[in-house]
Amino acid sequence: MEGAKIDKRLDIKGVVCPYTLVKSKLAIEDIEVGQILEILLDYPEASESIPKAMGNYGHTVLKVEKINPTDWVIHVRKEVAD
Amino acid sequence: MDFTEEQLQRYSRHIILPEVGGKGQKKISGAKVLIVGAGGLGCPVGYYLAAAGVGTLALVDNDEVELSNLQRQIAHSVRTLGMKKADSAKQTFEALNPDVNVIAIKERINSRNILDLIKDYDIVVDGTDNFPTRYLINDACVMSRKPLVSGAIFRFEGQVTTIMPGEGPCYRCLFEEPPPPGLVPSCQEAGVLGVLPGVIGALQATEVLKLILGKGKPLMGQLLIYDALGVNFRKVKIPKNENCPMCGKEPKIKELSDIPEQYCSL
Repeated sequence: MEGAKIDKRLDIKGVVCPYTLVKSKLAIEDIEVGQILEILLDYPEASESIPKAMGNYGHTVLKVEKINPTDWVIHVRKEVAD
Repeated sequence: MDFTEEQLQRYSRHIILPEVGGKGQKKISGAKVLIVGAGGLGCPVGYYLAAAGVGTLALVDNDEVELSNLQRQIAHSVRTLGMKKADSAKQTFEALNPDVNVIAIKERINSRNILDLIKDYDIVVDGTDNFPTRYLINDACVMSRKPLVSGAIFRFEGQVTTIMPGEGPCYRCLFEEPPPPGLVPSCQEAGVLGVLPGVIGALQATEVLKLILGKGKPLMGQLLIYDALGVNFRKVKIPKNENCPMCGKEPKIKELSDIPEQYCSL
């Protein structure tokens, strides 16, 4: 899904668990089904827990990429309405 | 409304629940709940609803805190002995969560004030301890079409039901009239295990939150009975009575009746 259209960007660098998930959950509520949320984070644990949680909510994780020594980018497509 | 950082922290365990989320938490913040009685049941119901962030919580109670209340009425303390229970509980709930607007109504509920008291609220909680008041609240909620979450406790047993006027049965579908005074002993005469209202009140608060969120199935048309000694939860079906004097096809009750003086409260 390189070059996918991003509908909303969330920068949660500096945010730790569980607020990484709280903020990601609120952000995905703000977009429509079918739209894509990009999350930028630097809390290592969240690079695993956010994709897992988004999958549990029923959304599709399109990408989890470590973009530099400290940061990750995650793309999630919203699949279910709130 | 956007959440403040403090609210994000306070409600984080709600927000991450798929059934609640930010949208559900905002529904909770916008909800108005009236609790009749700030005693054994009203204390835990109010405590949990305040913790959950229910926007407006009204407490109707005209009694004062006594030492004999503290075995089970967890919103009060030795520091609030002699204070009106509504004020004492308001203090406790506001200390727990300043987001909540707690309204202390220091009045005894009766046929003249009840419709006015409940009219601005979304949901009514019955935490009273006597049959005439229970019937009065039922009748007023049916007339005003307000959802009512009713609870009762006695010795080691408690009950909960949710009344949805227009959808399910009401209290009078189960028993048309309250028992005559003196037939059923009150908790004052018979005792109650202190933790029991905690169990029943927590169930009532759960029902209230489900109604606010519109999630799950309300405990409608059923009476949940908890037996602490045998550790049993039983659900008894309450059929809707077509001849119910309150919510049947041809209701006989057209106005609210007053509570006889011989009934006392805890």
